[in-house]
Amino acid sequence: MLHIPCPHCGLRNETEFHYGAEAGVAYPDPNALTDIEWAKFLHIRANPKGWLAERWVHFAGCGRWFNLWRNTITHEIGPAYLPFTQQPKAPDNIGKEDSKA
Amino acid sequence: MTNTENILAPGTIGRRRAAPLPEQPPQLWKSVTPKKAYDVIIVGGGGHGLATAYYLAKNHGLNNIAVIEKGWLAGGNTARNTTIIRSNYLWDESAAIYEHSLKLWETLEEDLGYEMFFSQRGVLTLAHSVSDVRSKRRNFFANALNGIDSEWLTPEEVKKLVPIINISPDVRYPVHGATYQPRGGIAKHDWVAWGYAKAASDLGVDIIQGTEVTGFDIRNNKVHGVQTSRGSIAADKVGLVAAGHSSILANLAGFSIPIQSRPLQALVSPLLEQVLNTVVMSGAVHVYVSQAHKGELVMGAGTDAFNSYAQRGGFHVIEHQLAAALELFPIFSRAQVLRTWGGIVDIAPDASPIIGLTPVENLFINTGWGTGGFKATPGSGWVMAYTMANGTPHALNQPFALERFLTGHLIDEHGAAGVAH
Ligand SMILES: Cc1cc2nc3c(=O)[nH]c(=O)nc-3n(C[C@H](O)[C@H](O)[C@H](O)COP(=O)(O)OP(=O)(O)OC[C@H]3O[C@@H](n4cnc5c(N)ncnc54)[C@H](O)[C@@H]3O)c2cc1C
Ligand SMILES: [Zn+2]
Repeated sequence: MLHIPCPHCGLRNETEFHYGAEAGVAYPDPNALTDIEWAKFLHIRANPKGWLAERWVHFAGCGRWFNLWRNTITHEIGPAYLPFTQQPKAPDNIGKEDSKA
Repeated sequence: MTNTENILAPGTIGRRRAAPLPEQPPQLWKSVTPKKAYDVIIVGGGGHGLATAYYLAKNHGLNNIAVIEKGWLAGGNTARNTTIIRSNYLWDESAAIYEHSLKLWETLEEDLGYEMFFSQRGVLTLAHSVSDVRSKRRNFFANALNGIDSEWLTPEEVKKLVPIINISPDVRYPVHGATYQPRGGIAKHDWVAWGYAKAASDLGVDIIQGTEVTGFDIRNNKVHGVQTSRGSIAADKVGLVAAGHSSILANLAGFSIPIQSRPLQALVSPLLEQVLNTVVMSGAVHVYVSQAHKGELVMGAGTDAFNSYAQRGGFHVIEHQLAAALELFPIFSRAQVLRTWGGIVDIAPDASPIIGLTPVENLFINTGWGTGGFKATPGSGWVMAYTMANGTPHALNQPFALERFLTGHLIDEHGAAGVAH
């Protein structure tokens, strides 16, 4: 089981959280997009082998969403950070070349 | 109502000895060094890739084909799965392709000349609540309209078929009924891959293991070959059949696909006497169980919540599924868990596969089978071979094109497939 650092509550068990996939996907103006861009926004999320910045919600705790760097090969946990704040750099580790910053 | 003639009668807990396994020939497929060029290269030596190569040779007369596998044959999801085979999916598009596959299974051992313990012992899918009953009955009626064998069973009929099941009404998830597909069943997964590999090799297909595809030779938006850990190999057509690694390969070829890769786990007990003659699935409580040929209980758990390429999952997922399994089958409380493992499954937004053309000319893709593609192995290979040979999809996989995410014509099988197999 992952131990996930909630920025508000500290380290908690994975079972207290729900997953939200790739972080930092801004909600676009649907009218400004082509059909292809809209389909991409709806359906395509990063799926890298290595470091991934992703969203989690601490539903059994503070109930708030935050972002987290996590390695999809080793399951190592990197820094957590709040939405709309400066994204920390991906941890310098294996899988670096595959990571999506 | 149910076909139990060919198998042990319900309630028999005999001193049944495992039948001896058939002798294997010393060599099933030729070992080769890669040629400089092929007509077709298939990336991924799981069941689907091998089946694609076999049907390209058998149905379409191509004989200059290579299957390139980074590890060993079937070492991906193919030989990690719980082998549940059925075709009772909800939507017409899914019913058609899975039923085509089930029909191929029914003659596959003769076709390939290879035993694979395909056993049509029936698949039972339990309903545990009023809404569960409604959706399962809807599924049952949809199957009837599509000519797919399906029955609706009351809890008492479920108990008759599976005497060890607990149907008492005072448990957390009582059994309210079930659909039953008598033609469903299981097969021995690694032998399925070997059977296809042997038959493909006999037809001249080169099977190349321990070789990773690391890039593509794409000029003017047209593929001309692949780069591998053993050098470049030219090809007129390339098919990506890489399950959990499909996103990585698509990105290398310059496009993105709506796939997320997640761990899915399973487990087995030691060899036990025969107590279970059919396959029991329950999407609501995440239990999928059958008793394999030698006597081990094979159980599937749910997916882990997050993206991963680690081929392992969290133990709490196993605990969750075992808790539900023990409520349904109290007799399992004395069995032990011998081994657990995980595979990396390729999940699409609508829980349906993606089979067809890509934005790159002569590059084809077959992915998104997620938690339930083993049953589709023959049908998937069959339509993929057609698509690659003709450069255009077969009617059966036309609805499963990548374009559906643009048109919005999704084929939502979360109900039928969900985490189910
Ligand atoms: C625990 C578990 C239980 C399951 N239970 C069921 C079930 O009961 N019923 C059912 O129908 N389905 C089930 N499934 C799903 C089923 O296993 C898959 O959908 C199916 O086996 C996929 O077959 P495949 O050939 O597409 O993929 P795989 O067997 O995964 O083959 C893909 C191959 O591609 C190779 N590859 C990847 N990248 C590269 C590269 N760059 N170069 C070369 N090769 C590469 C991999 O090494 C791999 O061998 C289950 C899956 C799991 C994990
Ligand atoms: Zn919190």
